[in-house]
Amino acid sequence: MRRISYRHALREAFDEELTRDPMVVLMGEEVAQYNGAYKVTEGLWNKWGDKRIVDTPISEAGFIGMGVGASMLGIRPVMELMFWSFYTVAWDQIINNAGMVRYMSGGLINCPIVVRGPANGGTGVGATHSHTPENIMASFPGMKCVCPATAYDAKGLMKAAIRDNDPVMFMENTLLYGEEWEVPENSELPDGELFIPLGVADIKLEGTDISFISHGRAVLTCLEAARILKEEHGISAEVVDLRSIRPLDEETIYESVRKTHRAICIDENKPFCGVGAQIASSIQLHCFDELDAPVLRVSSIDSPAFYSPPIEKIQLPYADVIVAKALSIC
Amino acid sequence: MAKTVAPKTKHADAPINAALTPEQKIELYRKMCRIRRFEQIALKHYNGGKMGGFLHLYIGQESVAVGCVSLMGENDHVITAYRDHGHGLAVGMGMNECMAELFGKKTGCSKGKGGSMHYFAPDKNYWGGHGIVAGQIPLGTGIAFGLKYKGLKGCCLAFMGDGAVNQGSVHEALNLAALFELPVVVIIENNGYSMGTSQKRSSAYASCLAERAAGYGIAWEQLNGEDVFEVRARVKVAMDRAHNESKPTVLEIATYRYYGHSVADANHKKYRTKEEIERYELEHDPISVLRGYLIKEKILTAAAATRIDQEALKEAEDAGVFAEQSPFPDPGELFDDVYWEVDNNTASGGTGRHFFND
Repeated sequence: MRRISYRHALREAFDEELTRDPMVVLMGEEVAQYNGAYKVTEGLWNKWGDKRIVDTPISEAGFIGMGVGASMLGIRPVMELMFWSFYTVAWDQIINNAGMVRYMSGGLINCPIVVRGPANGGTGVGATHSHTPENIMASFPGMKCVCPATAYDAKGLMKAAIRDNDPVMFMENTLLYGEEWEVPENSELPDGELFIPLGVADIKLEGTDISFISHGRAVLTCLEAARILKEEHGISAEVVDLRSIRPLDEETIYESVRKTHRAICIDENKPFCGVGAQIASSIQLHCFDELDAPVLRVSSIDSPAFYSPPIEKIQLPYADVIVAKALSIC
Repeated sequence: MAKTVAPKTKHADAPINAALTPEQKIELYRKMCRIRRFEQIALKHYNGGKMGGFLHLYIGQESVAVGCVSLMGENDHVITAYRDHGHGLAVGMGMNECMAELFGKKTGCSKGKGGSMHYFAPDKNYWGGHGIVAGQIPLGTGIAFGLKYKGLKGCCLAFMGDGAVNQGSVHEALNLAALFELPVVVIIENNGYSMGTSQKRSSAYASCLAERAAGYGIAWEQLNGEDVFEVRARVKVAMDRAHNESKPTVLEIATYRYYGHSVADANHKKYRTKEEIERYELEHDPISVLRGYLIKEKILTAAAATRIDQEALKEAEDAGVFAEQSPFPDPGELFDDVYWEVDNNTASGGTGRHFFND
């Protein structure tokens, strides 16, 4: 099977959805003529032109709000935040307008908008540019939030996000844009396209002794930790990739925990009210009698993102930390 | 209500107004009376403890919403801030659903989920009703973007108060509107007070607030809102610019609110004098101005004008009864209207957990 990069997979999703639905429009800083700050949208402006691929000024509150307004009228904007970290200056438009207008109008309005871009640390850009707000976005009823770990998931989930009639916060990762994975051609797929519904988790690795519950790039860290555990300690870890934070596929988590009886929640969020806190709470509630050990968590170390590269590297979860935690309960 | 004041006819002769039939002119009057009576009854019930939260009254500003909305065609849209009852009634929302929303009832226009600041009627091209100061201006710009994208000849009238002009989102939206040549008419309803702070104490400006548009190369104009005919004549120019040239305009319409920022604004008689309020009521009240014109032009008799007002009062009182007698929402409705996909039982709405109670 062919291998393509994460950014290439996203680009294919955009191109296919631009073809399918004339209401789909891509907007953001440098997405058109510059070909995308991270080259995710490379070539799309050449193909689709000014109407469908729109460069915006550096004005997140303005252009995200403009996208929300257009979505109320039936346009399907796919809005790029060059960094998800810039959500802070568009907060009111994202939360109050995209997130709340359906409820406050008693269901008269919906916002079929996607807000997307990289949401990760680890790139030496300091605390302001290293936020991972999936826990924050998923905390608002009305919002959906997706964090794909692979090119395959990025393509399939992006297509679902664009077709969804609710606001979807789509969080990518600059460290993954250049990574390649197997992604089938549409002609190789029974439905003729790659489409992954929101709210369906994926078992990235089957195992029997411990469950790693994770999302985004942390899934790859878990796979590395699982390899070490297997090779060096004979422990079989199962890696559950949530893919979507809200809606959340809880059943897949519980099934895994009922099988392994041990769980660690791993993510690149900060620990306080991180995604792992929600999952750990749910596991103890629904799987209490199945557990042979406390549910543990691995998060980003609880200080703002450190600039200095060697320190920043150990601030994010890495395989040895997960291995040590696993060994403490296995 | 104030007595008849000297009618102003200058703008009544403008082509857009001269084209109105007597019935259409009477309808403008009826709409303004309905807004005022609706709010007076709403205030009575607010003071009677029938509703919670805020009640931002539009009384004194009726000519602005009615005048602007009366110009709207099929593809023209409107969005405003939290002082939104007047615009809602002007586009044709019913008094019953509007009053019931204030009471937090199931029969309210937002099923009791939005309250006073969050009226919506997208079927009437009315997109709210927004609580955060100036947050609606980027949305209105987006509606204009959508109209242009779809190739429709229309515009969005995006209203805000004078207190909103200092929010960054307004300036970001103006830049986008000019840059993308969007058919949006941004209307500053200047009632002189940014909550309790006068314009002079809240905004830096050369000649007026609308002039800030010049910095973005956007056409702007300042007008007086007490005469509904002036509102119509001059807003029409801006709407034509939007329709024909796909260009934005910023209008600053001078108006006045008799009551406080909200009913909870206990200080509203401290930051301005009683005489100031009385002078406006006596000399500049938009309903009295229009009434005077209609009587002078023999379009209405004084008795007929009073009858229209009394009908509006009766309608508002009946809406109060309707609201009071309506049921409160059921707790089971908490999870309705959160996600479109869940509400519509789609495959997407059925995969994964959407709500996290236990």
